[in-house]
Amino acid sequence: MSSADATADAARRPFTGRRVRFGDLVLQLVAGAAALGATVLVGLIAWELVHGARPALSKYGLGFVTRIAWNPVLGHELYGAGSFIFGTAITSAFALLLAAPLALGAALFLTELSPQVIKAPVTALVETLAAVPSVLIGLWGIYVLGPILRDHVEPALHSTLGFIPIFGEPGAGSSIFTAIVVLAIMILPIVASISRELFLGVPHELKEGALALGTTRWEMVRGVVFPYARGGIAAALILGLGRAMGEAIAVTQVIGGGVFIHWSIFDGGDTLASKIAASYQGATSQLFSSSLIYLGLILLVMSLLANIAAQWIVRRVARKHGVTRGGHA
Amino acid sequence: MSSTTIEPTVRVETHREPMPPRERLETVFHVEGLDALYGGKPALKNVTMDVYKNLVTAIIGPSGCGKSTFIRCFNRMNDLVPSFSQQGSIRYHGQDICGSAIDPVAVRRNIGMVFQRPNPFPKSIYDNVAWGCRVLGMKDNLDDRVERALTQAALWDEVKDRLKASGLSLSGGQQQRLCIARAIAVEPDVVLMDEPASALDPIATQAIEQLMHTLKSEYTFVIVTHNMQQAARVADMTAFFSISRGEEGHRYGELIEYDATEKIFTAPSDKKTEDYVTGRFG
Amino acid sequence: MSAHDLTGPNLRLDRLPRRRRVNRLMEVLAWLSASVAIAILGILVFSVARRGWSELNLGLLTKAPIPFSLTNAPQGLANAFAGSLVIVGIAALMALPIGILVAVYLNEFAPPSIRNGIGLVIDILAGVPAIVIGIFVFVLLVVGSGQNALKGSVALGILMLPFVARATIEVLTLVPNSLREASLGLGIPQWRTTLSIVLPRAIGGIVTGTVLAVARVAGETAPLLFTSSLVGPQINWNPLQPLQTIPVAIFELSESPDPKDHARAWAAGFVLLLFILFASLTSRWLATRNARRIAGR
Repeated sequence: MSSADATADAARRPFTGRRVRFGDLVLQLVAGAAALGATVLVGLIAWELVHGARPALSKYGLGFVTRIAWNPVLGHELYGAGSFIFGTAITSAFALLLAAPLALGAALFLTELSPQVIKAPVTALVETLAAVPSVLIGLWGIYVLGPILRDHVEPALHSTLGFIPIFGEPGAGSSIFTAIVVLAIMILPIVASISRELFLGVPHELKEGALALGTTRWEMVRGVVFPYARGGIAAALILGLGRAMGEAIAVTQVIGGGVFIHWSIFDGGDTLASKIAASYQGATSQLFSSSLIYLGLILLVMSLLANIAAQWIVRRVARKHGVTRGGHA
Repeated sequence: MSSTTIEPTVRVETHREPMPPRERLETVFHVEGLDALYGGKPALKNVTMDVYKNLVTAIIGPSGCGKSTFIRCFNRMNDLVPSFSQQGSIRYHGQDICGSAIDPVAVRRNIGMVFQRPNPFPKSIYDNVAWGCRVLGMKDNLDDRVERALTQAALWDEVKDRLKASGLSLSGGQQQRLCIARAIAVEPDVVLMDEPASALDPIATQAIEQLMHTLKSEYTFVIVTHNMQQAARVADMTAFFSISRGEEGHRYGELIEYDATEKIFTAPSDKKTEDYVTGRFG
Repeated sequence: MSAHDLTGPNLRLDRLPRRRRVNRLMEVLAWLSASVAIAILGILVFSVARRGWSELNLGLLTKAPIPFSLTNAPQGLANAFAGSLVIVGIAALMALPIGILVAVYLNEFAPPSIRNGIGLVIDILAGVPAIVIGIFVFVLLVVGSGQNALKGSVALGILMLPFVARATIEVLTLVPNSLREASLGLGIPQWRTTLSIVLPRAIGGIVTGTVLAVARVAGETAPLLFTSSLVGPQINWNPLQPLQTIPVAIFELSESPDPKDHARAWAAGFVLLLFILFASLTSRWLATRNARRIAGR
């Protein structure tokens, strides 16, 4: 090979070797720093919240978590997260209970039952519901949904099921019940779209195998689709739950406020998120602010638990299905 | 016109006993003028033939001649494809299975199917077989039903100690036999097999062929195969399909010849059949 | 012999009534569920449109609010529109480069374990409630020094970051490897390949992802409550001061006892909804078009 060929060759050879170009190093460092920063951010959030809640943490300790109180009156200040944790749990759980069957049903409709032509537009519509800002849903909840629930639904529920304490006297329109309905509306699209993708991912051969035995479509769904998608559905539900727990604005607009725990869901109350949002004006004292931040810390912990659980399930399911598809020869 | 006797190029062991005379055969399916179309384009044209009870009927032909489409007409599995449409009729014991008063669920209950690639459910071996029975209301003596189905599928001895293991933990050949057990556990009348052994090794293939031979006294088998030797080994009747070209140039499948396997492979009437079975094309 | 009599089993529709009834019931329920979901969307959009349309006028965008107003003098939410533009704009300017850099690192440089690990953290970050992020920025930046629009932008930027990063990673994955290999084969260093070849190819998807992220945070209220909410009525463009935003304005107006305030809330909500729907649907349409173009040709 002539020397001219050799140099041309070297110029054409792909960049290998241990010599690191300065530009590569810079880009990698800068990009890596950004990635590191993003990673550190979650930890930083937790750290700063702990830091901000310190006065309340040192004064109340863990008893804060169970105490039912919220009195900002100077001289009589007493704070506790108990009723708000309860409110968060009740509203999220019931919202999920309300939304999950609807979401799964809609996802089933879109994957198994709907005619081909309406699949895409209906899917887009369901996902558009997720794009509506929470402050608008809250506004609508106060002036449209609330009155309807108060005037028609709550009296009906009270008269038929009033012997159950949670269905008490109809309230003023803004209540835990309204918040539950609003939250259900907000998490419906998320659970539906994740479920839809899960159902689409069920291998066609499995469904054919079931139908070929002479089962109805529903029996096939119950026997093959649901078990196959079971893990993913669990993750979708937990993600929906986490979303419901963290929603502050729409909830605070419609929940009516209240510190004490009532039996009836037609009364008012607060969740961790809604209480924080309701208190954004008028920080009266450092104890007040730090208690508020303490609430945020508890909310962060709860939503992180839900999120991490959901992500773990997603990854575990992906691994399981990746291995067993295709199996042995 | 010279008549040619072809040396069988296919020398294989045959398990077959001689077929009963044609008059004593009972018709299970009567196919009349069947056309199958996808999105308006024909995949099959004008198929007319009878499938007889307690025989193994093989469908052979080159790739793309519509064999899979044809066999899926028998249990209305093509209904799952939105662009599919059909003309002509398939009569099952006299009833048109595509009639408006006919429920495809009931059709599939009586006409089972085993697919090309094993597709066991992600359930235990026991539940793979038992699930269909439970759903279809055959809940009595479930253990016995499962054992019987697995025995008939020649799988019982290999799995009887690990019925709770996942169906997916079996080898390919075992999975396919599990799918056969699953299909026969619900006591169908007919078992359709769409190239059941094409994804399997020769030993697994042989197990399945032996199975068909043993069970045909109880079920009627229709099997699609691209392997001529297999058809020669197991089938009593063989239908040969080939690809024809239409006026506009598009290709579709047609039934060329349908007769006893012996005849198809040793003295076929149609030249296309002769070309195919002697390996001159396809 | 076969389990069926010689005339063949009965295939007629009226057999197996119970199983068919259950199947039909489930089909109806599924159809109902989908209808309910769409009906809710329809009712929501219709309510906002109906109430907002009648109140809509140009003054909404041009006039400032008059505090403690008992007159019928025309007033608007010009300060909120201005503030939203500034805050969301700056948030996008912050989140976009960082999101792209994160995506570049994960897709072009990081080994699989790091990529999965950091990917997991970003997914977790996406799940942190907006109000918690608001409190975080409050503690980090606002305590002791006061609110301003920039700090609001930081909060919104944190919300946008996972969206931009995820959208960019997806698009980078679509860019064919052959392109990278061709460039590296010519002797072009990796940093240059990434910046001059890969990223420009992916720009369509990055834009789409950013538009979606903007649509997402344009309607966010919670993070701004603690970072940019103590505002005056005058129209202000200064990012070093707290600025009013549309979502916060709607929030405050919705809780007011004055029905004239409610009217303005609906009108502003209508504009906000139109913007978000338009941005979402457009970026979705662009995304499907882009995906084909980026990967193919």
